[in-house]
Amino acid sequence: MRLPGRGRQQAPGWPDYLADRAARVQHPLLKDYFAAGCPDPATPIGDVPMAALDIETTGLDPRRHAIVSVGVVPFSLARIPLRERRYWVLKPARVLTEQSVTLHRITHTEVESAPDLVEILPELLALLQGRVTVVHYRHIERPFLDSGIQARLGEGMRFPMIDTMSLEARRHRQSLWSRFRRWMGRPPVSIRLHNSRERYGLPAYQGHHALVDALATAELLQAQVASHYSPDTPVSELWS
Amino acid sequence: MEVELLEIRQHMGGFPPFDALSDDLLDEIAGEVEVAYFRAGSEILTLDQEVHDLAYIRSGAVEVHRRNGDLYNRLGEGDIFGQFSLLGNHRVRFPAQALEDTLIYFLPDALFQRLCAEDEHFADFVELERPRLESAVEHHKKQNDMMITRVRKLLSRYPVMVEASATVQEAARQVSDSGASAVLVLDAPGDNPRYTFRDSEERAWQVRGILTDSDFRRLVAEGRAPDTQVGEIVGDRLVAIQSDESVHEAMLTMLRNNIHHLPVMLRRHPVGIVHLSDIIRHETHSSLYLVSNIFNQSSAEGLAKLAPDVRAAFVRMVEDGADSRMIGSALSTIGRSFTRRLLELAEEALGPPPVPYCFMAMGSMARNEQSLVTDQDNALVLDDAFDPKAHDAYFLEMAKIVSDGLHTCGYTYCTGDIMATNPRWRQPLSVWKGYFRDWIRDPTPERLLHSSIFFDLDAVYGENVFVEQLQDLVAEQAPKSPLFLAAMARNALNRTPPLGFFRTFVMEKDGKQNNSINLKRRGTAPLTDLIRVHALACGSRAQNSFARLDDIDRTQLLAQGVSDKLRYALEFLSMARIHHQMIDLQHERTPDNNIEPENVSDTERHTLKDAFQVLSNAQKFLKFRYPIPAGGARRSRGPH
Repeated sequence: MRLPGRGRQQAPGWPDYLADRAARVQHPLLKDYFAAGCPDPATPIGDVPMAALDIETTGLDPRRHAIVSVGVVPFSLARIPLRERRYWVLKPARVLTEQSVTLHRITHTEVESAPDLVEILPELLALLQGRVTVVHYRHIERPFLDSGIQARLGEGMRFPMIDTMSLEARRHRQSLWSRFRRWMGRPPVSIRLHNSRERYGLPAYQGHHALVDALATAELLQAQVASHYSPDTPVSELWS
Repeated sequence: MEVELLEIRQHMGGFPPFDALSDDLLDEIAGEVEVAYFRAGSEILTLDQEVHDLAYIRSGAVEVHRRNGDLYNRLGEGDIFGQFSLLGNHRVRFPAQALEDTLIYFLPDALFQRLCAEDEHFADFVELERPRLESAVEHHKKQNDMMITRVRKLLSRYPVMVEASATVQEAARQVSDSGASAVLVLDAPGDNPRYTFRDSEERAWQVRGILTDSDFRRLVAEGRAPDTQVGEIVGDRLVAIQSDESVHEAMLTMLRNNIHHLPVMLRRHPVGIVHLSDIIRHETHSSLYLVSNIFNQSSAEGLAKLAPDVRAAFVRMVEDGADSRMIGSALSTIGRSFTRRLLELAEEALGPPPVPYCFMAMGSMARNEQSLVTDQDNALVLDDAFDPKAHDAYFLEMAKIVSDGLHTCGYTYCTGDIMATNPRWRQPLSVWKGYFRDWIRDPTPERLLHSSIFFDLDAVYGENVFVEQLQDLVAEQAPKSPLFLAAMARNALNRTPPLGFFRTFVMEKDGKQNNSINLKRRGTAPLTDLIRVHALACGSRAQNSFARLDDIDRTQLLAQGVSDKLRYALEFLSMARIHHQMIDLQHERTPDNNIEPENVSDTERHTLKDAFQVLSNAQKFLKFRYPIPAGGARRSRGPH
């Protein structure tokens, strides 16, 4: 079976993929997660339980860099209850650079007493289980979690994600209008989290904090669905 | 504090009522928020939908409507809505719609109810029992400790309380043993949450009523058995007062209800009982304002030099925390003193008057509600022996001296020419009586448009009895003329309040936005206009708006609680006007009646909005209460 997640055309394969993985993985944590599966691809987004996820890292390369913090906010299209939020600072297996210290506002001492990713996995996976994960730019969250878990449990994991950045890209990077703009030599519209939020009238939050960004991502998805889709849109149209 | 919630906490902490919450509560609130996004045009709350949260606008704008679809309010960043539903039956009473793309922070009901219970300021802000308008006025009162004693200061003991199942004899024994003169009767919680409290053992009680010495006396006189249960005989209409109310207010409450014992509550807990004698002991009679200086002046020029002193006196009163009634009556007293002194000077210059006269004030001076920004409205009522040919030159000269003198003292000429210098308003008593009879018997809104000011009238100097006769005539005739009341009511609706504020604009009911608002024209004046109509209808002889409301309270004209709302609205609007005149004075600008939204604090704009709402509702009622009588237009009496 091919790994999904390389484009929208594979998206309908997620339930099968998860079922297949549930049958094969050894580690009970991962088995539980996969066994819980994901919503049917035809499920209206308004009925899908979701969890916004953001991780901050020491760099961009999952082979050389590590996860510093993780923020999760379970939510639905209607509400984002902050009471259920979770936030962890992790002890990165690799050195924390000065640059990432200032970027993420996490101090060295905070990191000294922090747990390793493996210690928070049970809670993290329990939170994500049965929900569709929502991120802004899945090419950080997905490979970092995959390789982080691979390194610790000997098995990696991938799962369906709604990527608010790629939803923005569909409108601003891949549309006819955006190609026209490019042809005119106009700079491309920014699809970074902060700039995307601005377009929907969402307030400016201070970025680079895993939980604040997770909340910001959840709000952005609500705004995107309210503006361009509907609560009845099947989840398969959005995930990748 | 968790850094991730700082965003939310800091934002909410910048807006009322959250700005006054403790840090711990704010942290907790931030952690309980539920976020939701609403695209412009989408429904946030639909009518009759069940609600379980308070909505806080983080960004964007929201329109709230009435059941009938009328715009109720337009809200922006930091505003809240939904509180009325949470305090009521948890159904949406005012549907809300996103005007712009909007991000809402929802606060769960349980937390909202806890905030109401734990934080007095928060409760005051959102609770219906203590509307913002009322609490703003109260808050102002609380600040001026120098001038006002709180009723709790009169309490010396905890109230004696018995259960409704106790016998009269037991109750009487408890009262005797404790040396009290009244006892509160407690019952299981029932229909009145305002008097329901929990005792130290967490049992819930409702204060049902009060039994006093005189009640016990009456029971003995009626021959009731000593084992009668107190629950059977106690009245169920309890009148009580909050412990932070003024002694003055306690006295008014007693007078209004004709009672001598008044239970004092701290929110819902009974904390004591005050007796009329406690109040009489504490009531101070002090006249703070010296006007003797005015009477020492020997010329109009000397009087004019006192104008800055009037402003200084005004500033001092405001800084001392006087309320609008004190300020209004002090400024009116000063205005009257100027007028009297000018009349005395006129008599010195012109000799004794050829016939007796009374100098009459109209408008705000007659109502004892004068402000710093005021013109003169006056008239002369002359003895019926007045002979124009022989005497009018004298009175014209006198009127000129007074009018010019007042003008130089800062009381500008009346633009409507309602001054004693106008021959129409310098007439013998019989002619004046004719004027009033005509206005009352043959009214049209048009005829009364410029005459309504004459229905605030008071003597300033001379033969007071002339003006008293006119006041009697009005009090006697007005209630009998529905057509007159209808015409006055119609005119009282000419000036309407705005809906409220939106960002830096004044928002009108049709959604239009303006840069400033004349608080007199759009607030205090229409409010005094409508109070006047009710006062005329009930035959009140009072001229002051608050005194008129007291008279109105003795009738069934207004539903219970309405006159209190009008009092609070008038007090708040008057004080807002006074405070903005203070701002003008501090910036060395000429004080006026305008306020600009950018000078209005968040809390003040909420409260102003509430006051405008009270006025607007009262105007609607006025229209309904005093309709033009069917076929009543008696204006065509044939050719004259």
